[in-house]
Order: sequence, then structure tokens, then C-alpha cells
Amino acid sequence: MPLTMTAKRNLVTTSLLAPAVLWLFIFLVLPFIAMLVFSFGERAPAGGYQPALTLAQYANLPARAAAFWNTLLLAPAGALLCLLVAYPAAYYLAVKANPRYRLLLVSLIVVPFWTSLLVRTYAWMYILGSRGLPHLLDLIGISDVRLLNTPGAVLLGIVYGYLPLMIMPIYVSLEKLDRRLLEASADLGAKPVSTFLGVTLPLSLPGVMTGVALVTILLLGEYLIPQLLGGGKVFFIGNALVDLFLQSRNWPFGSAIAVTLVVIVVIVLTIAMRIAWKVSGSRQVDLV
Amino acid sequence: MRALISAVYLFLYAPIALVVLFSFNAGRNASEFTAFSTVWYAKALGNTFLTTALANSLIVAFSSATLAAIFGTMAALGMQRLGGRMRTALDGLMAAAIVVPGVVIGIATLVALVEVFAFVNPVIAGIWPGDKPPQLGLGYGSIIAAHGLFSMALVAMIVKARIAGLGRDIVEASADLYATPWTTFHQIVLPQILPSVLAGFLLAFTFSFDDFIVAFFVAGSNTTLPIYVFASIRRGVTPEINAIATMVLVASLILILIARFLMREKKQKSPAVE
Repeated sequence: MPLTMTAKRNLVTTSLLAPAVLWLFIFLVLPFIAMLVFSFGERAPAGGYQPALTLAQYANLPARAAAFWNTLLLAPAGALLCLLVAYPAAYYLAVKANPRYRLLLVSLIVVPFWTSLLVRTYAWMYILGSRGLPHLLDLIGISDVRLLNTPGAVLLGIVYGYLPLMIMPIYVSLEKLDRRLLEASADLGAKPVSTFLGVTLPLSLPGVMTGVALVTILLLGEYLIPQLLGGGKVFFIGNALVDLFLQSRNWPFGSAIAVTLVVIVVIVLTIAMRIAWKVSGSRQVDLV
Repeated sequence: MRALISAVYLFLYAPIALVVLFSFNAGRNASEFTAFSTVWYAKALGNTFLTTALANSLIVAFSSATLAAIFGTMAALGMQRLGGRMRTALDGLMAAAIVVPGVVIGIATLVALVEVFAFVNPVIAGIWPGDKPPQLGLGYGSIIAAHGLFSMALVAMIVKARIAGLGRDIVEASADLYATPWTTFHQIVLPQILPSVLAGFLLAFTFSFDDFIVAFFVAGSNTTLPIYVFASIRRGVTPEINAIATMVLVASLILILIARFLMREKKQKSPAVE
């Protein structure tokens, strides 16, 4: 019996989607459920997991309070610092830069983001390490400066690593800005500063929001920057997770922390989206 | 203003330039450049641990990016035909694959796979006729699956955006001229989405090639290049790592430039079609 048009169409749609849906279920949904189950379990004596139904792991979260505090303080702080550097740069690219070179200049901002974060962070280990900047400072008489393995180094690494991701959305929203609005503002006698504060800045807020949200969310799960530049002193949640799963093999506690991290990410995301919708409609960010 | 933007470029590129420069340094010292030399490159390429890790990375990146490009494109095409709740749910799952931190994806995959192995391996051993039953374990398969998950969502997103910008009229015109759906797909849709599929493939490849944290959890004994580099860094900074780092940078730079070129082409071509 020949298939009807609708049945045929449905069959095609189903077979197009089947691999992706299966993949998402087997490697995203099921693992997450497994982790949720693990988080209510107990650590087996030899490490790993043994079944139980207890909230002990969640009650134990304060044991890793330092990692939570570092993450929840330094991630937004890093994102805001990033914003302070990114805004003027995005403004220059979108408003002041010569249109002939604009595309090239913007590309030059994005390229580092797509190269290895490991290598870029390592470059700062090299610069901040004792044979780098402190060595040079020593030559001009400033000795015993400690740069590596400090919260400052972690913040620097964050700004360095995520600057392109902050510049791009702001650039996009500034570039869309209607120049005639700026002219109108000037014609009506507004000084450049009031034009900026009254017109440009409010209209670029969606980009600012997107940038801050993107960077903060990525930073919540950060591992490499605190590990390499914080040297085990400035621990993030990501570092605590690696420690719990790969070193002390306390899987249930690790799972509870991972579940909490996902909850935090979801909360931050929800808040960011609420604000973004309030500020404007949705905007697409072209990161590539 | 100009000074500020120059400072930003200096900030972005100076550390990279420094690593590249010192990878050609003959001496070991990180604070003075003695003489130009490629000795560290020769050392790095002669290191079998490193070349094995590189090969592992290439295998994983190629496989996961290929699977992601195929299934992601299929998903993007399929999602166009969906509506309502199904589409919202699938959109949400794809977004989750991108938004959930890599460290959590790595852990969740590890936790789930270890459970599956603990269940499946005894079963296989029970029905295996020979002496040495195969043992499922972490390795290529688990890294490819975990990397592919994120990449597939990325490819689906990129291709979906391209399809949305395609314009239905040309597809309808093709149907009006009695082309079969397959012909329309093959001659109209595919050529137009191909650049974005390729760009998605390259981005997926770059992501997988650069990823450290997911692989760190699920690699088992199949060390990838970033895991090797990370381990070496912890043992101490050497010029050999500078050479490896430079090679990694150049590789991802080439990939990203090709991807950008492919994405660029789409933007210029689309007005010409209309």
C-alpha cells in the first residue's frame, strides 16, 4: 500500500531527527539523570558510588564553600572588568573605525577567541611567572613581586580569555544603531556626552546584557584559568569537581556539586533572559 | 580612542606573539632570547607521547566533527518541519547541550558510562564464547560522543539560521517546476547550505581539537593533545611546550580562517540569489 503524502513527510521528518534526538537522550538527558541519582547516593569505601537515598551530599555543600564563593564573586567581577575594557573597544570598532578596515579589525578581535584557551592562558603563566615580568621588574629594582597564583592573575586571565566574547555582542548592537539618531540628538543641541548617555548607551544595552550573560555563564564552569593562573589557591567550582571526581573519587558529593552548578547556571540564564527581554527584543549574536 | 584600541590589540596578541617567539629560542631561558633555532620543534615532533596524543586528537576531532556535521544538518532540516511543543523541546535540549558547562558534560558522561559498563561488561563476559571477552571502557568512543553532542547542537544552530535565510520562494518555484523533493533538496537547498555545514564542521573540529575539560574526564587512556599539553605545563614550562603551543595555535588559526571564509561567502551570495 503506498504511503500517503503526510505519512511520507512524517517518516522523513522522523528519520532526519532520530539520530540527533537519540544522541541528546543517550549523552545528555540520561547522563544528567544518572548524575542526579548519584547525588543522592553515598561514596563507596573504595571510592565511586553506592546506592542510598540521602541528602547528606547536599548538606555537605558548605565544605566546598570557598570554591562557590570564588566562582560567584570572581565570575561576575571578571565579566564586569571585561565589560569595562570591551565597551570602548566595541564603540571604536562600530562607530569610529574606518569602514574600509572595519571587517578586518573585527576579525582580529574574534580570532583569538577561537584559538586554544589552554595555550592562551599558558602564555600568561609564562609572562607572570618568576622568569617573566617579575624578573624584568627585578632588573629595574622592584623585587619580590608575586603575580602568578593570585586572584588578580585569575581576573587578568578571565579578561584576556573572554574579551572577544564580550566585545562581539556589544559591537553588533552598536553597529545596528541608527546614525540619524545621533545626528538628531546633536541637531537638538545635545553635547556628545549627553548623546552618548541618552542615546547610544541605552540602545547598546541588549549587547551589553548578552555579553555579560555569555561570559558569566561560561565562567561559572571555568577550570583552566583558576587552575593555571590561580595555582590551587583560587579554586572555582570546576576545579572542585575535577578534584572530587578524578582525585578523591567522591562521586556522590561531586554529583551534588555538579547539579548545584547547573542550577546556578539556569538561574543566571533565566535572570539574564528576563532582563534581555525587558531591555529589547531578542538579538542574534554572530560569534563566528 | 585610537590608543585604547591599539592597547586592546596589543593585549590580545602580545602573549601569543611571545610564546611563538620563544618557541624559536635556542636557549631554555624564558626571559632572554639567545638565538633563533627550530631545535624545540624537532624535539617536540620526535616525542612519541606527543605524536600519539596528536594522532588521538585528530582522530577524535575528525570523527566527532563529521558525525556532528551529518546529524546536526539532518536535525536542522528536520526541525524546519516541526512545529509547536516538539520544536520548543528540541530547541531547549540543543541549547542545553551548548550552555551546560563542559565540566558537567564531562562528569555526566563519565558517571553514566561507568554505570553502563559495569552493567554491560559482565553480560558480555557471560555470553562470550572465547577466553578473553572484550571490555567496554572509556576511550575514543566516549570522547567522540561527548564532543559530538556539543558540536551537533552548534552545527544545527548554524545550519538552521542559514535555512531560515534561504527564502521559501525558490524552493516553491522548484516544486512548481515539477522537481521531486529530492531533486529540490539536491539542487537547490544543499548547495546553499553546504558552506554553513562545512563551517559548522570546521568549528566542531576546532572545538574538539582544543577541548581539554570534557576529554579530561572521559578520555580513559586515550590522551589527547590538550591533555598532554596540560600535563606538560604542570611539570614545568619548557621551550618544547612553546613549540607545541605554536603548532596548536597555527592549526586552529587555519581552521578558523577557512570557517570564516565559508561563512563570509554565504553573506555575500544571498542578495545575488534574489
